[in-house]
Amino acid sequence: MIEWFTWVQVAVAVAAGLLCLVLGLAGRVPSDLTNGALALVELLLVVQLVVAIAAPAFGNEPTGSVLEFYTYLVGALLLPPAAVFWALLERSRWSTVVLGVAALAVAVMVYRMLQIWTVQQA
Amino acid sequence: MRESNDMTDVRSARPESHRGRRMSGIGRVLVAVYGVLALAAVGRSFVQIATKFDEAPLAYSLSALAAAVYVLATIALVRPGRTWYRVAWATLVFEFTGVIVVGTLSIVDPALFPHDTVWSWFGRGYLFIPLVLPLLGMWWLAKHRPAANGTDAA
Repeated sequence: MIEWFTWVQVAVAVAAGLLCLVLGLAGRVPSDLTNGALALVELLLVVQLVVAIAAPAFGNEPTGSVLEFYTYLVGALLLPPAAVFWALLERSRWSTVVLGVAALAVAVMVYRMLQIWTVQQA
Repeated sequence: MRESNDMTDVRSARPESHRGRRMSGIGRVLVAVYGVLALAAVGRSFVQIATKFDEAPLAYSLSALAAAVYVLATIALVRPGRTWYRVAWATLVFEFTGVIVVGTLSIVDPALFPHDTVWSWFGRGYLFIPLVLPLLGMWWLAKHRPAANGTDAA
């Protein structure tokens, strides 16, 4: 796990989450912007997955439970597509809020993943 | 294709016809949060049971049961109809009872629950969402009885 990349990812997910929450509460229905924000969050998760698979080969080993790490990662990967799919089904302001909830949940999960990977050695 | 979301979006924001009115509007947010909680509970319970079930069979069995009920509650909130409405009530009451009983016990007698469950300390590890969510859910259900609105078939 690359620490700076993970922090960027948390920041992007939080920003996307707040953006969607604000726009949703302001009455906007899901747009290319908010769906795109979730797509970006998902893209970073896929990159994170590739990094996580490759990292041990470069001596970057997780210090915590690998199973727990991947449970979080797979769970996080499911959230943005589910939220976007739902947003496409019903175009209401609350679907935008749901996009925000999903992005914030991803942020929390990525932070937990970072803890699992690094904290035990601190 | 659309650059900004202005007037056209406002028009499409009008409520359309839905199969079950319970899952539209702000109820969607409730269901989404439930879904996330269900996912968290299932994930955690899966890891606990797969790696260290022997350490605390009671706590981890409880985790698994709670996770299953969260999944069922999420489904029940989405599905229309009277049966699912009752299932939703039952699961929410179960969850609320669980969080109150286990939450209280984990404070009064911590030795009973040496390992964390979703409900320990009233769901402190989950931002107290397990404590607040069933209440919001019950309030939501009470406002959306299937008999009161015609969209829900019996």
